Amino acid sequence: MSSFWSANLPKIGQMIAAIAIFLAVLGAIFFIAGRANGKKQKPIAITIFLGPALVLLTFGLVGPAIKTFLFSFKNSYSTKWVGFRNYQWIFTDPDMRIVLRNTILWLVITPLITTALGLILAIFLDRMRRESIAKSLIFMPMAISFVGASIVWQFVYNFADPSQPQTGLLSTIVRHLGFSPTNWILTQPLNTFLLMVIFIWVQAGFAMVILSAAIKAVPADIVEASALDGASGWKQFRSVTFPMVRSTFIVVLATMVVTTLKLFDIVRTMTGGNFGTSVLSNEMYSEVFVRFDTGRGSAMAIVLFVMVLPILIYNIYNLRRERSIA
Amino acid sequence: MQIRKKGMLVAVAAATVALVATFVAPANAGTSSAACANVGSGYAVNKGATVEVFTSVVGDELSRYQAASKDFTACTGITINWNGSNSFESQLPVRVAGGTAPDLALIPQPGLLAQMVATGKVATPPSAVTNNVNRYWSKSWRDLGSVNGKFYAAPNSANLKSLVWYSPKQFAKYGYTVPTTWAAMLAQSDKMAAAKQTAWCGGLGSGSATGWPATDWLEEVVVREAGATVYNNWINHTVKFSDAPIIHAMNTVWGWMGNSKYVGTVSTIATTTFQNAGVNIPTGGCMQLQQASFYAASFPTGTVVSPTGDAWVYYLPGINPAVTTPVEGGGEFYAAFNSNKATQEVQTYLSTPQWAVSRIKAAGSNGGWLSANTGVPNSAYSNALDALSAKYLADKSSTFVFDASDAMPAAVGAGTEWTQLTNWFATGASATTIAKAIDASWPTN
Repeated sequence: MSSFWSANLPKIGQMIAAIAIFLAVLGAIFFIAGRANGKKQKPIAITIFLGPALVLLTFGLVGPAIKTFLFSFKNSYSTKWVGFRNYQWIFTDPDMRIVLRNTILWLVITPLITTALGLILAIFLDRMRRESIAKSLIFMPMAISFVGASIVWQFVYNFADPSQPQTGLLSTIVRHLGFSPTNWILTQPLNTFLLMVIFIWVQAGFAMVILSAAIKAVPADIVEASALDGASGWKQFRSVTFPMVRSTFIVVLATMVVTTLKLFDIVRTMTGGNFGTSVLSNEMYSEVFVRFDTGRGSAMAIVLFVMVLPILIYNIYNLRRERSIA
Repeated sequence: MQIRKKGMLVAVAAATVALVATFVAPANAGTSSAACANVGSGYAVNKGATVEVFTSVVGDELSRYQAASKDFTACTGITINWNGSNSFESQLPVRVAGGTAPDLALIPQPGLLAQMVATGKVATPPSAVTNNVNRYWSKSWRDLGSVNGKFYAAPNSANLKSLVWYSPKQFAKYGYTVPTTWAAMLAQSDKMAAAKQTAWCGGLGSGSATGWPATDWLEEVVVREAGATVYNNWINHTVKFSDAPIIHAMNTVWGWMGNSKYVGTVSTIATTTFQNAGVNIPTGGCMQLQQASFYAASFPTGTVVSPTGDAWVYYLPGINPAVTTPVEGGGEFYAAFNSNKATQEVQTYLSTPQWAVSRIKAAGSNGGWLSANTGVPNSAYSNALDALSAKYLADKSSTFVFDASDAMPAAVGAGTEWTQLTNWFATGASATTIAKAIDASWPTN
């Protein structure tokens, strides 16, 4: 205990000092800003409010982004320029092709299924008796990190040699149905889909809650009017409910796409990227921090960035359009 | 009244000074005979000198180094400043290049030692150190502390990976014995297989490091079959994975850990975590597991780890009789960056059995600090597991090799060797295919 304090007390002291300095600087800036008036008031205000954000963005985001871009054209130790060699490797190496294939599979399948499942759940649970209990249960996995969820699902997919006690839930279910279980995590390409199930299990609740809120925001008079006009069930959903929650649906979908692109924890925990299940973000981590190849890792980061770009542009476009309508 | 009060104050002050003086006195005396008895003779008193030892060791482990060097300070007056840093490996080259090199550095891998020697800043050790190392360590250790045939650094601690976990209780129950040759080990495994027992278990799963246990299996077999020279050439790729000795070793590994007769479904090894691999050893669900001593922490609570208990280890026996006592593991080396008198005194002390014994004692009964110094009596270890491991490490005839995957370039040693060997166990692909895939990834730069 005492060694803990002797080791960490200086750190705590430094932290307090840093906060004090930060507050002092902030106070000084606001003091100066408060005294300024007249013609100079507006430019000063702009500098004070935008300045820190711009500085932080430059050093925390723009700088590293440019550096990553440059690194992607250098060798593993960033000592020599290698042109497009790293990119060429990403798109021609047979193992990397599997990684790209998996990334695209994840990107296409998981966001759609998760969001659609969330919507279906939101509709079916809407105005159900004890709705909140059912929703809480479905939302609960969201409170677990991907790593935690993966560890839980490792037990589900676990397969032991027939001579050893079986502990895997999936294997047990399959055996009770009269089939013989296989080593799930090794079966390609099934294993990638089994990993996707974990993502869907965690994220569907989130999609459901957001979409459910949007459905509840649909004005009751519109729903009633459509019912009086004879619309019900599927027709009502297709022509009234869905168009009214469409923008929320797209936002959730976009969020899922971005989360999928960043996905790394599930793959890393379940397989470590082995058995043909790796995705771009996991390989990026392994290249930079395990194999110390900054060049390849940076090139992968750039590829990932290019993949996220269209979604970001679409999101911003959508946001602007909605704003102009409002 | 006033005067008396003052007088009392003076008296109290004087008494305090006297008290403090008596407490401080022994430390200032320089040569404490009791301390010197533990340190050994031949050291010049060098009062007030401080020697910095830069190391990657931090926290409680570092305080045990401080405790272990107390006698040396009491005897010679030289204070050893153990300076630990988490970023040792990146800091040391910076300090050496910047002219602020430490007096001594405790270097945990031969690769970094070679890199430091290449800077020309590493001092040649005094003859006392060379003599100690010649006298107390096996040739393979001396070679690891040398660069291009010239000796630079004496070894510090050592660790051993060449162990097999088994259950003494289960072995006694079925009449099995601890094998002392590779052939006897496999013959006994055949018996276990005939009795429908799982002779061997293994697990490669370890997050982003999945596959490392398989690199150990291969390394153990390579050094046992081909010896240290081929092994070290394998590390620098003059011997390729697809060359005959390594392919032969891979086939031996496949006849052992890839043998369905011994392990059941081989592919489960690829999907089992290394921590879970041997949990059934105490109950006889699995008979043997090759894993280093730290696996003791992975057994279920309540497991008695002792030579007659639920779990214990035996030394993985050798294969080729020409390779005597093959041992795979790790260790650290002391390199000096100047030839000051005090630095050389410390450097000499750190190469003695007296230092090793003092450091082992500082570790206490939990152990965890081993020396390959043959001058250390085995009775110095109060931890039985350490005593067993030390027997093979501190063997003058031992063939010690460093963990090869740690010494290879990261693209292979932490990259394709892990993934391809995992792939090997998952798919059962041919050894040649796997070896060629690893060779193809060797960085060219």
